[in-house]
Amino acid sequence: MSRQSNRATDSKKMNSELFTLTYGALVTQLCKDYENDEEVNKQLDKIKFTSHVVLHRFFQEGCAAGKITNKMGYNIGVRLIEDFLARSSVGRCHDFRETADVIAKVAFKMYLGITPSVTNWSPAGDEFSLILESNPLVDFVELPDNHSNLVYSSLLCGVLRGALEMVQMAVDVRFAQDTLRGDSVTEIRMKFIKRIEENLPAGDE
Amino acid sequence: MADDALFEFLHMEIVAHVYKEQATREDIDKERVTCVSTLELMGFRVGQGLIERFTKDCPTFKEDLDIMKFLCKDLWSTIFRKQIDNLRTNHQGTYVLQDNKFALLTQFSTGKQYLEEAPKYLAFSCGLIRGALSNLGLESVVTAEVSLMPSCKFQVVIQKL
Repeated sequence: MSRQSNRATDSKKMNSELFTLTYGALVTQLCKDYENDEEVNKQLDKIKFTSHVVLHRFFQEGCAAGKITNKMGYNIGVRLIEDFLARSSVGRCHDFRETADVIAKVAFKMYLGITPSVTNWSPAGDEFSLILESNPLVDFVELPDNHSNLVYSSLLCGVLRGALEMVQMAVDVRFAQDTLRGDSVTEIRMKFIKRIEENLPAGDE
Repeated sequence: MADDALFEFLHMEIVAHVYKEQATREDIDKERVTCVSTLELMGFRVGQGLIERFTKDCPTFKEDLDIMKFLCKDLWSTIFRKQIDNLRTNHQGTYVLQDNKFALLTQFSTGKQYLEEAPKYLAFSCGLIRGALSNLGLESVVTAEVSLMPSCKFQVVIQKL
């Protein structure tokens, strides 16, 4: 019956909006908390990062809220990867290209309902772009003038970084283009840094 | 369409962040109270926005009870994929919504373990209810209590002007 199927799609859409609205409330709260510069610098110093992660461009722009959502995204990513592997039955990826395809076609589709395209491969095959026509995180969002430097969706960068770290890949993830800042598409640039060696517990043969 | 798991993970992170924040700032005394109110306020904003989108095409509700029923059935099943199990009222503005398997608590424990931590994870949802009711024209005070995980009760007291 058409009424019932309307309810089902509505329900999915509402869940998407729940996530979008919750994330929006979070970023608003962070921006409010970090309006004071002195406080910002104190808090930023306290956030620790693992040594092999390269600092992203937006850190230099000094956006505290972006840095924090990235860290939160990282924490989400390290857990999300297990959920993903349990639900998707995808095997080990053999190279970075395969990883890129899985991220775009399976992971993004499963969690955000969109399928970004994978393009702009670097000649060495260690860097690529994900082009998102639409970004569910920024539905209903506009950046006010005093926060035009905010990397709003940096949660996504953190999630990708955290998830890949759990499968032994150190990557650098950043936004190359952002529709919130006036670009026509959202472009996430991912660069492979190195393979993380698995640490076996001492005494294992 | 964002997956349900994403909201649950994000919610966990938000709670963790708010508490970590307060721990690095001043008063340990004020700590618990401010954290809960921050979370509740965030839930309030989200609840307001969500109910607006959700009830865009619905006819106006005739009575408070209809609003509560809508909350228990439609809103709850959209957000938490199940309905409220039990709605009780004294017909004088107080409602108790009981969820026997609250989605945000199922991963904690079944029984009494981690009972003291539970309120942190209910604050956002209390705000959500309060925000939803607020945009439907009802001012309320919403509290939650847990005696046995993962079942919890939300008490809504409608404020008559």
